[in-house]
Amino acid sequence: MMMAALQPGALFGLCGAALVGIGLFAVVASPGLLRRIVGCNILGAGIFLVFGAVARRGAGAGFAADPVPQALVITGIVVAFSASALAVALLKRLAEPAEEAAPAEPRGGS
Amino acid sequence: MMLLFDLALVASLLALAVHVVVEPDERSGIIAFLAFGLLLGLVWARLAAPDVALTEIAIGGGGTGVLLLRAEAAIRGRGKHEEPMTRTSKLAAAMGCAAISVGLGFAVLSFASPAPTLAPTAVEALPATGLGNPVTAVLLAYRALDTLLEKIVVLLALIGVWSLAPDALWGGAPEVRPSAVPDPLAYLARVLPPFGVVIGVYMFWVGADAPGGTFQAGTVLAAMWLLVMMGGLRPPPETAALPLRLALAGGPVLFLAIAFLGFAFADGFLAYPKALAKPLIVAIEAALTVSVAAALAMLVAGPARKAPS
Repeated sequence: MMMAALQPGALFGLCGAALVGIGLFAVVASPGLLRRIVGCNILGAGIFLVFGAVARRGAGAGFAADPVPQALVITGIVVAFSASALAVALLKRLAEPAEEAAPAEPRGGS
Repeated sequence: MMLLFDLALVASLLALAVHVVVEPDERSGIIAFLAFGLLLGLVWARLAAPDVALTEIAIGGGGTGVLLLRAEAAIRGRGKHEEPMTRTSKLAAAMGCAAISVGLGFAVLSFASPAPTLAPTAVEALPATGLGNPVTAVLLAYRALDTLLEKIVVLLALIGVWSLAPDALWGGAPEVRPSAVPDPLAYLARVLPPFGVVIGVYMFWVGADAPGGTFQAGTVLAAMWLLVMMGGLRPPPETAALPLRLALAGGPVLFLAIAFLGFAFADGFLAYPKALAKPLIVAIEAALTVSVAAALAMLVAGPARKAPS
């Protein structure tokens, strides 16, 4: 087991596993919604790192890391950013004063 | 020596993550998250994944950081807070999360050996694509469908953000410029963009053969555009403006068009004719870079805040 921890990337894989726990705790236990979004990002970063450890182990053919997981992680980072942006926009809307957030007058039947 | 560096990197990452969770001041937590994103970029460099490192630093550290800082400033004091958890339930949550971490840790230590890898297969087909960077080949040739769908997810998120605008403001411009532009910001907004644009275009161009590519380049260009808008040098475009809509849709539309032409001129959907593979991939990348830049900048800018003119 000790030897396994010294394999290339395994240390960062373990770090990723720990980050998943920390991020998940922030999502579950934070009272503030903004911090939950940050926690979600830490959780995602941890999962990407575990996947990065997989890529590093898949070194071969003259490359230090398997390119397929790398490409998937790049895709994942962009999608995570889009999701965060949507979450932040919803959060801002939620925090707006009620009179501004509510429609001016209810629409009649169309 | 490298092991020592790695251990220090891991220790600082974990310390920053814990700080983000326990720090009572939200702003300080978000700044710690920015530092976290930069260190994470270093970790990716240590994992021999420079393409991911560039993406992580540009999007994970930079883009998400700006997004969160702007959100924190916008909702300060008015954010919705739930009742804090009791001590017991907090402890239970911590135990559950720790259990998940330990389980994942065991999974990391017991990966199959020898590790399965697609690197030889990816390299074998490289000459057919005319590319030199296997990550770009995976993104735009072998797994082009993932990239296409991802572009559409980004656009869907943008539609989601835009649709949060009140009815009267639909199609109007978002508000990016802070009420008072600090002098350093105005200065940077004048000085940085020329360099940033050159770096962005370079990253896009070398992406075919070296670390770089559409996402990284698009993010750098988006950051430069945001800087110009935040510095108040140029107003943000109206969300209904035709040039903006064309820039946003151009990349995915070109990608889809070439994908369907694959039926007629190659082996099927998303297949490239062998002789034209590289020019087609570069054309798709160019259009995608513009789309990514526009979409990411507009995602940070948020929904319309001014009535359309």
